[in-house]
Amino acid sequence: MAVLTASSRTRPGQESGNAGTRRRRRRKDTTAGYLFLTPQLLGMVVFMVGPLLFALVLAFYHWDGFGTRSFVGLSNFVDVLSDPRIQRSAVNTVWYTVLQVPGLMIAGLFFAVLMQRTPKLTPVYRVAFFAPVITSSVAVAAIWLWLFNPDISPVNSALRNIGLPAPNWLQDPGFVIPSFAIVGIWQALGYQLVMFMAGLQSIDRSCLEAAEIDGCSEWQKLQRITIPLLSPTILFLSITSILGSFQVFDYIYVFFGTTAPDAARTIVYEVVQIAFQEFNFGQASALAFLLFLALLAVTGLQLTAQKRWVHYSE
Amino acid sequence: MSTSPATTRPLTTAKGGPRSRRPVHPKLLLHAVLIIGGLAMALPFAWMLFSAFKPLPEIFTPPPKLLPEEWNLDGFRTALGGADFVRGFWNSTYIAVTVTVVSLLTSAMAAYAFARIDFWGRRWLFMLFLATMMIPGQLTIIPQYIIMGGLGWVDTHLALIVPPALFNAFGVFLLRQYIRGIPVELEEAAEIDGAGRIRTFLTITLPLLRTPLTALGIFTFLGQWNNFFNPLIFLNSTENFTLPLLVNQFKGQFTSDWPALMAATTLLAAPMLILFAFAQRQIVEGVALSGSKS
Repeated sequence: MAVLTASSRTRPGQESGNAGTRRRRRRKDTTAGYLFLTPQLLGMVVFMVGPLLFALVLAFYHWDGFGTRSFVGLSNFVDVLSDPRIQRSAVNTVWYTVLQVPGLMIAGLFFAVLMQRTPKLTPVYRVAFFAPVITSSVAVAAIWLWLFNPDISPVNSALRNIGLPAPNWLQDPGFVIPSFAIVGIWQALGYQLVMFMAGLQSIDRSCLEAAEIDGCSEWQKLQRITIPLLSPTILFLSITSILGSFQVFDYIYVFFGTTAPDAARTIVYEVVQIAFQEFNFGQASALAFLLFLALLAVTGLQLTAQKRWVHYSE
Repeated sequence: MSTSPATTRPLTTAKGGPRSRRPVHPKLLLHAVLIIGGLAMALPFAWMLFSAFKPLPEIFTPPPKLLPEEWNLDGFRTALGGADFVRGFWNSTYIAVTVTVVSLLTSAMAAYAFARIDFWGRRWLFMLFLATMMIPGQLTIIPQYIIMGGLGWVDTHLALIVPPALFNAFGVFLLRQYIRGIPVELEEAAEIDGAGRIRTFLTITLPLLRTPLTALGIFTFLGQWNNFFNPLIFLNSTENFTLPLLVNQFKGQFTSDWPALMAATTLLAAPMLILFAFAQRQIVEGVALSGSKS
């Protein structure tokens, strides 16, 4: 977060010398600067900024990628916003985020706080928690496809054994998004854990020791000291987790292929279907652009709200 | 790391004090919760691995058991016969390695420019790099697909290699932060000795970036190897498929042959899990490092 504040430290030798050499030096530096920047700059223009502008233009056209392009004004946006199936997908996406992100962050913080107290065994526990993070989402989805199959699932068998109803996870419209959230939490928990542990490590021990001397309970210490001092980490993780959960796609595609039921579709799934099954590039771009605006709005909201709760210890 | 014995000794004795006064059971509860949590995290992998060795009928015999009653290799045989996993493995590996190597070099070059060279437009170009990190990949994938079509790169590996090799905003950002932490005097000394920009970069800066380059390299490799979205969009022919695409396709063809699907999934997951077993510290520290730099 301290990126932009410290960005103008220039080379010390540069301020001295007369105007002529400084200008010559500056011109030489501009050449050198762009020389070093060329590959990434080319990549950014061709594969990021160019496509971004192209997508913005496409959103106002009807085009299947081959025939003639026709300008349709805002009708792609109107179509997308008024389509009940896409509205349902938007609700599904938000529902997934509401379930996955808080579950993920609470579980991540919980296990990080516990693990910090067992420094000797941390690497052992960490392997189990972190392994899903480095595993392909296709492998993750394939494993859970089986664990969610009511006929053969050991999870359902265990639930029945303790007398709980065993849901038909992926086929029950009420359970399919919570099922995705379970997979999402399982796969991303290790990342949160490691980030929270790094945050905990940077907390000044003397604060906690002072609180201990004053007779604070463990819960009070967590609530009054640890969590406020961790707030920059919490902000960073909540921003990145929400960005990720709004873009959930891989699991759904592995679970359902191109024929996901309405209850299981998300916005990115719709974008891919509209673009690469229906070949309606304009409408897909309009929907992707709306998703981008939603991401900007949510992140902007979080950055605005941070003044009220994020505590920087500098 | 090398000085750790000297610095940790006073810490452990200090910690030994309050701990010896505390009753034992809170620590035990702590471990119990962590063991249960860790097992819950590891169990899906155990089911994957052991089920790959089960004969098919055992899968459908209730109640499900973790360990196979009879171990057999039919699952792996079907998996290896049903799809060309060797080719998929090769495709995934060489794509991920190429992207990683080229992207590390181009990112370090751009990071060096942003951190050390005062050129015209530096500030706003850097802001532009940062801003692109916000853009979801799904927004640019459609125009990228059209551009790839124009270049004739659809259904070729170039579509998967060139964009991430030439553009890695996060990598540029991470390395730039790191370079700023290196004393500039080292480079100035080299320049006084007559080294040009390029030689200074190659012989002074690049070697000092070993830690962040390792972390970034591991992430880039993992991200590419596990990537599903871009290969799904850009590739059509099975012989070009990367491993995740191959397993996804295999899943469609062998819907109820669970041992075979779990064998295929094991083949997909195992290489990265083995890599993780060897490089746990680098991977975990890399995650923490990249987070703290932002």
